[in-house]
Amino acid sequence: MHRYLAGEDDRRRMLAVVGCSSVEDLFVSIPAEVRCGELLLATARSEEEVRREFWALAGRNIAPECTASFLGAGVYRHVTPAVADALLQRGEFFTAYTPYQPEVSQGTLQAIFEFQTFICQLTGMEVANASLYDGATAVVEAVLMAHRLLPDRPRVVAAGSLHPDYRAVLDTYCAPQGLSVVTVPADATGRVNAAAFAKAVGSEACAVVLQSPNFFGVIEDLPTLGAIVKSAGAMAIHAVAEATSLGILAPGGAFGFDVVCGEAQAFGIPAAFGGPHLGFFATRQAHLRQLPGRLVGETVDSEGTRGYVLTLSTREQHIRRAKATSNICTNHGLMALAATIVLSLLGKKGVREVALASHATAEYLKAGIRAQGAGGKVKLAFPEAPTYNEFLVLHDDPDGLLARMKEELILGGVSTTRFGAGLPRGFLVAATEHNTRQECDRLLDALRRLA
Amino acid sequence: MSDKTSLRQREGLIFERSSPGRVGYQLPPLEVPPADPAKTIPAGLLRGEIADLPEVSEVDVVRHFTRLSKWNYSVDEGLYPLGSCTMKYNPRINEEVARLAGLAQLHPLQPEDQVQGALALMWELEQALIAVTGMARVTLQPAAGAHGELTGMLMIRKALADRGEKRRVVLIPDSAHGTNPASAVFAGFEVVEIASTAEGTLDLAAVGKRLEGGDVAALMVTVPNTLGVFEPEIVKAARMLHERGAFLYMDGANLNAFVGIAQPGKMGVDALHINLHKTFSTPHGGGGPGAGPVAVSDSLVPYLCVPTVEKAGSRFTLSYDRPKSIGKVRGFYGNFGMLVRALAYIRSLGRDGLKLMAEGAVLNANYIRKGLEADYHLQYTGPSLHEVVFDDSLQAASGVKNVDIAKRLLDYGFHPPTMSFPLIVHGALMIEPTESDGIDELDAFIAAMKAIAREVRESPDLVKGAPYGTPVRRLDEVRAARQPVLRWQARKA
Repeated sequence: MHRYLAGEDDRRRMLAVVGCSSVEDLFVSIPAEVRCGELLLATARSEEEVRREFWALAGRNIAPECTASFLGAGVYRHVTPAVADALLQRGEFFTAYTPYQPEVSQGTLQAIFEFQTFICQLTGMEVANASLYDGATAVVEAVLMAHRLLPDRPRVVAAGSLHPDYRAVLDTYCAPQGLSVVTVPADATGRVNAAAFAKAVGSEACAVVLQSPNFFGVIEDLPTLGAIVKSAGAMAIHAVAEATSLGILAPGGAFGFDVVCGEAQAFGIPAAFGGPHLGFFATRQAHLRQLPGRLVGETVDSEGTRGYVLTLSTREQHIRRAKATSNICTNHGLMALAATIVLSLLGKKGVREVALASHATAEYLKAGIRAQGAGGKVKLAFPEAPTYNEFLVLHDDPDGLLARMKEELILGGVSTTRFGAGLPRGFLVAATEHNTRQECDRLLDALRRLA
Repeated sequence: MSDKTSLRQREGLIFERSSPGRVGYQLPPLEVPPADPAKTIPAGLLRGEIADLPEVSEVDVVRHFTRLSKWNYSVDEGLYPLGSCTMKYNPRINEEVARLAGLAQLHPLQPEDQVQGALALMWELEQALIAVTGMARVTLQPAAGAHGELTGMLMIRKALADRGEKRRVVLIPDSAHGTNPASAVFAGFEVVEIASTAEGTLDLAAVGKRLEGGDVAALMVTVPNTLGVFEPEIVKAARMLHERGAFLYMDGANLNAFVGIAQPGKMGVDALHINLHKTFSTPHGGGGPGAGPVAVSDSLVPYLCVPTVEKAGSRFTLSYDRPKSIGKVRGFYGNFGMLVRALAYIRSLGRDGLKLMAEGAVLNANYIRKGLEADYHLQYTGPSLHEVVFDDSLQAASGVKNVDIAKRLLDYGFHPPTMSFPLIVHGALMIEPTESDGIDELDAFIAAMKAIAREVRESPDLVKGAPYGTPVRRLDEVRAARQPVLRWQARKA
């Protein structure tokens, strides 16, 4: 038998009780024509063999931990307090499921309630759900909510400075809904042009998606753009790919946006080659009945003790089926717990400090690149634009340059060539409080020598 | 009970623990010159300190979340027979390898030559899932089962569009998971529900009749179905659909029942999602994350999500060369961390262990069925595979409902079965034990369920008042919905 299973004696005794001479008798309902022979897989392995195989696989990758890494473009390496993973590894959290039985799920439920609160605080919104898959699908859910609220408006306007993956996913989901997605490109300042934007929004748009800081790291003029969206009667969606930015930047909630949503991986969730990350979604109380995903609410038990339950589930697929506000069932609850723990640890002071340190580190790098002057071979794409912790550097051969820097164990950025045509040639450089001054100096020195 | 309750009452929200000046984490000193945002960013775009964020120490945080964790029931604690969810043991080696720096810390946009191990891992998992399902290829991108359903249905939609056909209708049995109709609608289809037969299985005649309209794009069906019964006519259904130019989508939530026994590829399935958090042991995480790779037949391979992982010699690449692809359904490539765990599980069990796994799941469900059939009513009596669906009709005369039985089960130290699903069974108690437990734990569960049946006969009010020994008593869900309080707010001074 196998270490994850019961033994031969269990099997023999249970078969006797159910009245079968062999386990094969239990499968008589499966017809011969769909049966398979032995699977084309290796036989069972011991834990030690499994460990060896995965050590070998991991060893064929370059872990950014061993380098000076400035990779961002939607995935950021920030603080990872030891406490967070230690708590996440409690089986009581990670081996439970959706809290359908609240009396034995108060831990999960209360943590989600705290997560919802944190997200409301960060976004300046009134309600937040219990998580979505990632930033891209959070933006999609926001657009689909707008479509439900404004069903006669067939257009979605997306800033050209939206993360390309978010845009790609938006296109995938919008097509079957009959929604056309229109792009408003960023102009030479790295931001959406307000006049072009106003024209594109028109009266046909149900949703307008603005990412800030945008894909180029530039902070958009949310108050001006939000006002344009509002006057056009569309739903304004503020997409956030770098959630720590909310430690110093005003969220869409402060400017009348209808939804603030995106990716909260930056709060202590490992990059993990792209997932699982943490989609978040916050909106106004007025849109509560159209909210996608799970919600936890406060209530009392039969003795008057405060407790928490899943609530307003008539929006959801298991009740509403074809008329549900989303098809989501399994969400990213454990990632929401991770962010809740990290946000608790950072607290009022730390949330701001992380943002300030990340911003200062990026400004140091920008100053270093500016200092290379006209003779330097790399240039800031948008030298005047306000940025948070990421910026675009222009270079004719970004992939070659990044490969040369990698030889010195510097992961200098993400090449825009990874995202197909249409973007300026260069690479995005992201800095966080994780990057030391020495790492920054190594990057600047490498850019001077290798560009 | 009393100490738990008192702690329950003492431990408030993390925000209520806040005390000015406490910090839970300290950053290293800033080595670069500070940058004043007021000078670098227009003032109107900035915010000040966020008022009501908590100020707590590291110790506060550890205590708080450790206490919270103790109010959860989990697979680590005991049998978690939540039907349709396959709450099996989550091996710790999976957690260990998923946390290796060379996997957990990888950035998804590192160049391919830096992530060959990660791509190899994804390729190996795809090959393993092909071996299990007998399908042509797999996309690992979807983040969960429902996400996989949507992905599969989008591929079917695209394949039909490619043929110049606009078929709008998707047939779904009334026993299906709620995600099926929801996913079909988000993929742009209309749902027509097919009533199940008296045996609770797919009504082939009804499907055939509806196919005559010529507007059916696909049938979505769960195999084995949500009663835990194998769909006897699945091959005929596939043939009928294909003859009419329609597709067969299989909800793979119940794949655990027949891994190593049968293959969807032999059933004529065109697409199915595989819940790695069910069949392949990745933890449920209190609600997620999961992963829902979609396996497809040859006819849908051109429409897979981009990128796919391709192998050329000993080198792996991310390929976007798929002109008919539906595109991307999420950022990057999938819930990679879950893919690592699933492959570790497949390696740990191997072909022999995976078959033992399915056999164990089916044997355990049948053992529970046998143990409880004298005490609980079984509406549909077809042969059970991995789960069995009882109902509360024998208890109804005493005024006890399935939910009361569930709450009483909490007092006996078990997580209850899935309640009130599938919809074709009134008062359903859907029990899926999985293969993880041995006869002793199953006997304890059976004894608890039998004891409750006895309590229902002798003192029904005791059952209706349950639970008694949990951190909180029965919660007022109506109040939560009528007066929604969805976040903590500071009391105004």
